[in-house]
Amino acid sequence: MASRTRMRWRFRQPSVIPGFGLALGVTLTWLTLIVLIPIAGLLWRSSGLGWSKFIALTLDERTVNALTISFGTAFIAAIVNLVFGVVLAWVLVRYRFPGKRVIDAMVDLPFALPTAVAGIALTTLYAPNGWIGAVLEPLGIKIAFTPAGIIVALVFVGLPFVVRTVQPIMEEIDKEVEEAAATLGANRFQTISRVLLPGLLPAGLTGFALAFARGVGEYGSVIFIAGNLPYVSEIAPLLIVIRLEEFNYPAATAIAAVMLLLSFIMLLVINMIQAWSRRRYGHGS
Amino acid sequence: MSSNRFAGFLKLALVIGSMQLGAAGLAQADITILNVSYDPTRELYKDFNAAFAEKWEADTGEAVTIQTSHGGSGKQARSVIDGLQADVVTLALEADIDAIAAATGKIPADWKTRLDNNSAPYTSTIVFLVRKGNPKGINDWGDLIRDDVQVITPNPKTSGGARWNFLAAWAWARAANNGDESKAQEYVAELFKHVPVLDTGARGATTTFVQRGLGDVLLAWENEAYLSLEELGPDNFDIVTPSISIKAEPPVALVDGNVDGKGTRKVAEAYLNYLYSDAGQKIVAKHYYRPYKPEAADPEDIARFAEVKLVTIDDFGGWKQAQPKFFADGGVFDQIYKPGR
Repeated sequence: MASRTRMRWRFRQPSVIPGFGLALGVTLTWLTLIVLIPIAGLLWRSSGLGWSKFIALTLDERTVNALTISFGTAFIAAIVNLVFGVVLAWVLVRYRFPGKRVIDAMVDLPFALPTAVAGIALTTLYAPNGWIGAVLEPLGIKIAFTPAGIIVALVFVGLPFVVRTVQPIMEEIDKEVEEAAATLGANRFQTISRVLLPGLLPAGLTGFALAFARGVGEYGSVIFIAGNLPYVSEIAPLLIVIRLEEFNYPAATAIAAVMLLLSFIMLLVINMIQAWSRRRYGHGS
Repeated sequence: MSSNRFAGFLKLALVIGSMQLGAAGLAQADITILNVSYDPTRELYKDFNAAFAEKWEADTGEAVTIQTSHGGSGKQARSVIDGLQADVVTLALEADIDAIAAATGKIPADWKTRLDNNSAPYTSTIVFLVRKGNPKGINDWGDLIRDDVQVITPNPKTSGGARWNFLAAWAWARAANNGDESKAQEYVAELFKHVPVLDTGARGATTTFVQRGLGDVLLAWENEAYLSLEELGPDNFDIVTPSISIKAEPPVALVDGNVDGKGTRKVAEAYLNYLYSDAGQKIVAKHYYRPYKPEAADPEDIARFAEVKLVTIDDFGGWKQAQPKFFADGGVFDQIYKPGR
């Protein structure tokens, strides 16, 4: 009885705006059509393999290598984006300077630019005869056609996620909070690490998760700069394409399913950390 | 502000999208056939389609629109398998058409015998594109595994052209070692150690070599090599023809299952046959493909092709044997890249 009333209460949240039933219906239908059915199709196809074959395909050395490269480079790129994205957002929120609006708009460019274009542009720059590559080459640093090149591409495509999720939260933090911390005797480092960053943590994690998820699945920008050597710079999405070129649909779906699973677990973990930090620092909910 | 800009993009996209729909609607009034082809034939079919449309209209009074879709050969085959309504396919590899035949039944298994020359109206071969003056002195396959040489070729897993490259190298090494297959495998394994980048397609590899300045030699389709020269000026690159290469036979086929549904069989058949006509052969040679009937083409176009000893896919037992042996999962190419080698 008690549980039923709780259920009812959950489904009948009073709102100023009517139309909850219709809105939920549209939401569920749309999500089913666009997200659930394709993913179910993927899982259904890979489930036809049977466990032993599925595990054999996913534990294949080449697959494991490609997955490691994909998730590893995406992770590093997301961390780079977290650090520099927060710094960028900070500058954009807290300071006024000429050209600020232009820079603010530039942050969104990686969203709008086709990823293949980004990949070709980055490869041109970082290739041994490119503007940046030619400077790094004599120092013995190779970016293009190595895993480092993959990270560069993923940093590029992931940047807006962190900036755009952190920015609005930063705008909400009152300057008085910092001033209060200062009057209570905190030095600048303490103000940043104890007062400002904890409040930004959930948003930062969201941005990190989005950039990371984007990086794991990224194909267009990466294949140009990666070099695509098996066991060295071959990303999992490329291996899926290779399996498809072999008309080997089971192997391709198996890799895709593992990527889906790993991504889901990681997003879940990040969500849990976020929920924890919201409770801990009470921001945003 | 950000969402405003997004709305702007959306409007723009909608406007452009509806314009394209309108254009497609107009074109639908005529007969339309779709040629699903692979990457380096863009220029060839642009020319050929115009010639055929003119001829068809002159013969029958009907206007025909030929749409051409280009992409990696294997990817194109998969699109047709997944339902792309191709009337004809003109791909880089027999194995890709076989895959369509096996997966959909829309092409009969004996498609290869339906047109002359194994259904290959034009052939090509694999040559070396080197930097001007050939500074590394690369003249034959043996030079490619020297310590100071870097080789650019696309990935045979994702590129039909790269499979021809691979087999041409194999053919040379086998001949150089009196038919010893294991020596051939050693050579090819060594060759791929000199490959710093594996692009996914032939055009990508050309870009890597030409624009990025990477590598000393590009293994390329002969027609692609000539196109590169034409585009970039002969001042930058030279073509070197090795002592042995392979006769690359990109085949064409009618997709019976689709043309019968669309009622386009007659025009699609005429389209393929026109490739074999004198006019078709002339266009083919102009675009640096070796025509099936050289006597039909302009003699000066033919004179551009160097004499070379050519092996064929039949020397590898045909694609039905070569494909699984070399390029399937766990095949020779995968063994080359096994770690620890």
